[in-house]
Amino acid sequence: MGMIRRTFLVGSAALVGGGIFAIKYADSSARSAAGALTNGKDGHNFGTWVRLGEDDSITVYSPHTDIGQGSNTGLAQMLAEELDADWSKVVVASAPAEGPFATVDVARGFLGPMSGFPGVVAALPESLMSFIARSIPLQITGGSSALRFTGQKAFRLVGAATRLALIETAAKRLGVPSTELTTADSKVVHAKSGKTLRYGELAVEAATQTLERTPALKDPGTFKFIGKSIPRFDIPAKVNGSAQYGMDVVKPDMRVATVIAAPARGGKLESVDPAPAMAVSGVEKVINLESAVVVVAKGYWPALKGARALAPKFSDGGNGLISTATIFAEQDKLRAGDKPTKTVGEGDVDAAFKADGVKLLEADYKMPFLHHAMMEPFALTAHYKDGHLDVWGGMQDPLGAKAAAAKAAGLSADKVTFHPMLIGGSFGRRLPMYMEVVDQVARIAMQVPFPVKLIWSREEEVAQGAYRPQSSAKLTAALGQDGRITAWRNDFAQPEAGIDEVPFFYDVPAVARRHFKQVSNQSIGQWRSVNATQHGFTTESFMDELAHLAGADPVAFRLKHLKPGRHRKVLEEVAKRSGWGSPLEPGHARGVAMVECFNTIVAQVVEASLAEDGTPKVHKATAVVDCGTVVNPAAAEGQVMGGIVMGLSSGIGEAITLDKGAVMQSNFSDYEVLKLANAPQIDVHFLNSGAEMGGIGEPGLPPATPALANALFALTGKRVRALPIKDQAKA
Amino acid sequence: MAIEAKVNGKPVSFAGEPDTPLLWAIREELGMTGTKFGCGIAACGACSVHIDGEVTRSCSVPISDVAGKSITTIEGLSGAEGTLTALQQAWIAHQVPQCGYCQSGQIMAAAALLAKTPKPTDADIDAAMTNICRCGTYPRIRAAIHDVAGTAANPAVQA
Repeated sequence: MGMIRRTFLVGSAALVGGGIFAIKYADSSARSAAGALTNGKDGHNFGTWVRLGEDDSITVYSPHTDIGQGSNTGLAQMLAEELDADWSKVVVASAPAEGPFATVDVARGFLGPMSGFPGVVAALPESLMSFIARSIPLQITGGSSALRFTGQKAFRLVGAATRLALIETAAKRLGVPSTELTTADSKVVHAKSGKTLRYGELAVEAATQTLERTPALKDPGTFKFIGKSIPRFDIPAKVNGSAQYGMDVVKPDMRVATVIAAPARGGKLESVDPAPAMAVSGVEKVINLESAVVVVAKGYWPALKGARALAPKFSDGGNGLISTATIFAEQDKLRAGDKPTKTVGEGDVDAAFKADGVKLLEADYKMPFLHHAMMEPFALTAHYKDGHLDVWGGMQDPLGAKAAAAKAAGLSADKVTFHPMLIGGSFGRRLPMYMEVVDQVARIAMQVPFPVKLIWSREEEVAQGAYRPQSSAKLTAALGQDGRITAWRNDFAQPEAGIDEVPFFYDVPAVARRHFKQVSNQSIGQWRSVNATQHGFTTESFMDELAHLAGADPVAFRLKHLKPGRHRKVLEEVAKRSGWGSPLEPGHARGVAMVECFNTIVAQVVEASLAEDGTPKVHKATAVVDCGTVVNPAAAEGQVMGGIVMGLSSGIGEAITLDKGAVMQSNFSDYEVLKLANAPQIDVHFLNSGAEMGGIGEPGLPPATPALANALFALTGKRVRALPIKDQAKA
Repeated sequence: MAIEAKVNGKPVSFAGEPDTPLLWAIREELGMTGTKFGCGIAACGACSVHIDGEVTRSCSVPISDVAGKSITTIEGLSGAEGTLTALQQAWIAHQVPQCGYCQSGQIMAAAALLAKTPKPTDADIDAAMTNICRCGTYPRIRAAIHDVAGTAANPAVQA
């Protein structure tokens, strides 16, 4: 699965522009299969993703996992918009974790710009795309993809095509030309005769029509639902304790298990004496897995006590010499070897560095592994009975989870059902290549005759993560006598390049971004915004260093290197909104940063001071966002706010460190995340530029840390080049 | 020996080992899942409940300590017919939750704050609201508390 995810991340920043693709429902086998799964009594499936009930109900099937980013509500808004639906009749259901509901449009969105031949991929027949997506199988939430791919490339089209089918059906029934018919609030209206037909009374017949493949979409000026802060569907159940997460699954006669895996990733379980665990009241079974030991008990507490009583012996898988220091040393060595894995950029950087009269600047940056720290530790329930395995839980790819469970259990996929539950945070942690928890629960379930819920302790969660990689970079630039950058080189070392995902948008004649591939024994994690945090921190810190070298204001210096266009507008707007340059309280300073990822541009200005202990205190963050079109402003604002908080949290205090191949942190006591008292006032502004829709879940995060580091430099003259910041700016 | 206490006004009897954390007794014995497990060491607050009116992290309180006490969980915060409190309504009006997993605990902490300090300042909120939210909903938590207390003019999210 890891390979597949890699493929989809390549080039995700650039999208195939404009054209309307033939859409998913053109694959008739998938369509009829989807219909069979959802039609039910008095309801009719249209184009896989929507079902119209004869009672006028409208059920939208979201193939994405709504982790609280509001994607389910947003997707429904997009479909309802084109359908001219009565919003009060709309509900969202999770699409079944079955092949026909694969996120084919996400596959196309990510495959489209891949490898520099977008035309070839965009021209693939829809049936082949559908086949690819269903074969993978992919039902993924990630890459800020839900609205911009599934929403734009499928749901709006399905809504529009369904509306046309309803109009055609009404035209026949009323014996009038379809051109005389309009739609509103889930009704087809014939103004001349004053007759109206409800969608519910047209559904049976309309469902037999072949849907239009390229229906016209609405003009944004006429939008009724897109662009509105419609309250999210999922929120009411989240304020009274009734929302059901994977952790909350209860089955009759269920047992609870917990696990201790090899501390050094790659290690194996060599031996364990089960007796100390079995002596704990409530413990029923100790199960040895390849790399972990599992204790099954009547409840979580006895399972945990039992697990803690064990003294398992694990090998280190040959990784016993890996530490934070050895990883940085290896990265330095690769850089010194001067053989990059990949280079992106134009112009002769070396010649520009040697030119007369330029000032050279060089700086080294270091970034640690980062943990997702989702609030709900992994909790999956599985039950093997009568040859069938049921699994309940929250993952970012239910279809992938189903496949992983089938493989672990040695069953064919049709013998496994995955039941998606609400997810208590993810941020990339529950992606398909990190399915070891699914593997574990499936193996456990095959060995016990009752339903079993596997809960990871927080300690397991912290120490067995799939971290944002540890990364380092050497930046070099030449500054001409006119105060402009003439050449820029970024030699960075980490597992993945991520260059195309995070464009370098400054106008510099010679640029070389050189990736030195370095991997450790840790999983290559996809942490919220993926590689944009590393590239954002190094690029935007170094831009600030160059501005100061040039004796220029950091905003003015950036503007000097931006041609007219979206980036320039975003930066000018954030300067204006933040009062950039206006007087501040003594002991406060501002910093700026701008990062583009997932086709969205975000600039932030952070106002900070230093607390008595020398750690940063952030007072205010102003963000300006160009994501093209905003579907639900309140939900989008929440995403950007949350991204800023997570960005500041990681930049100020978070780090996973390794010793002897194992993680040294264990819980929130030594992996400290930001709390409310240190969260700033946040102002978010959207520029509705009308550009191709960008993502919103991730792009708010990357500018926060460099903006803060730049503010601290303005305040103290100390440049923080190694994260986390902690008290490095202390006087 | 069973441990007698009250949960949401009703008498209960916990039969588990005395060292069982209250969190797991509530979740697994009583089957009430609104109170969440986050860290197990009283660091994150996802498991916050009220014990005799005091906000407490239930993952680190053994049931042997709650004999005779009155416990309120998120399920017991709203009225008998499920009527939401003004605080819970403010949480909806401000569209506070994202993933929502920590929000039971956040709401229990906020309810305890407002019970003692009906007109909290920002400093009061900073001191009382120490639960972790990884989605970063803190600005809206602060706005919702101020809104329900009538201490600030932050408007709720407008449709």
